Amino acid sequence: MLNLQLILFLIFGALAVAGGINMLRSRSPIYGALSLILVMGALAVLYLLLGAEFIAFVQILVYAGAIMVLFVFVIMLLNAQPLPPHERARFARRLGLPAIFILLGILAAAFALRYSRARLAAGSPMFHVRSIGQALFHQGLLPFEATSVLFLVGIAGAVLLAARPETQSSGTDTPAVKAADRSGL
Amino acid sequence: MIPLSYYLILSGILFTLGVAGFIVKSDLISVFISIELMLNAVNLSLIAFSHYLRDMTGNLFVFFVMVVAAAEAAVGLAIIIAVVRNRQTLSLDEMDLMKH
Repeated sequence: MLNLQLILFLIFGALAVAGGINMLRSRSPIYGALSLILVMGALAVLYLLLGAEFIAFVQILVYAGAIMVLFVFVIMLLNAQPLPPHERARFARRLGLPAIFILLGILAAAFALRYSRARLAAGSPMFHVRSIGQALFHQGLLPFEATSVLFLVGIAGAVLLAARPETQSSGTDTPAVKAADRSGL
Repeated sequence: MIPLSYYLILSGILFTLGVAGFIVKSDLISVFISIELMLNAVNLSLIAFSHYLRDMTGNLFVFFVMVVAAAEAAVGLAIIIAVVRNRQTLSLDEMDLMKH
């Protein structure tokens, strides 16, 4: 039990890091999106290990399912090609990688020092869907309702932003012009 | 028993990769993907703390982060479509309307 958890953590943690590195390496947005789906799947397994079954399934359904499908759809719609690497200043090329490692070192050192004694108890899932639902609809009712308003505003905003601006001569356009128009976004 | 710090360091690694992608990437969609990676990294640390402290609040937080991320992705991708329609490019270097 004890070793199995560690092994699963190492496998799926390595998968998540590999996905993240691949996201960073790839120039093409579609490979970045697919790597992110890998990261999200690996994280869902880690959530299961941490006893958060509800969050693990929501991660798969909402994040890896809905959100990433939207990403891939937009990448395909815009036909996003890899861009040539842009010119960077010399200090950015020299100091970029060390700066990233310094940030990582600070984070890792802070976590390792502050929580060196902390151990996660092994065992069955602690947060069942029932208790999540009770907490969500008792303590979290107001934020829950607020997010529904947020969603409504988000839907309206997305439709407004992505809709084509209506041209006045749309009635006089020939079908061929309209089709050409549509294919070019 | 896995030390809590393993999960936190993994979350730190993913967050750092997200920061690096956010800075390095030269197209709009990849920058957006990097932001999602950072959100996921923070979610992992929240769930790990929730397990360690045996407190439900971390799970609720992650739920709301996901909800807000979904709304953010919808609006953000609509903005990207609008930008590409107006400027015919995804390159961040060419989006300099506010600079001049």
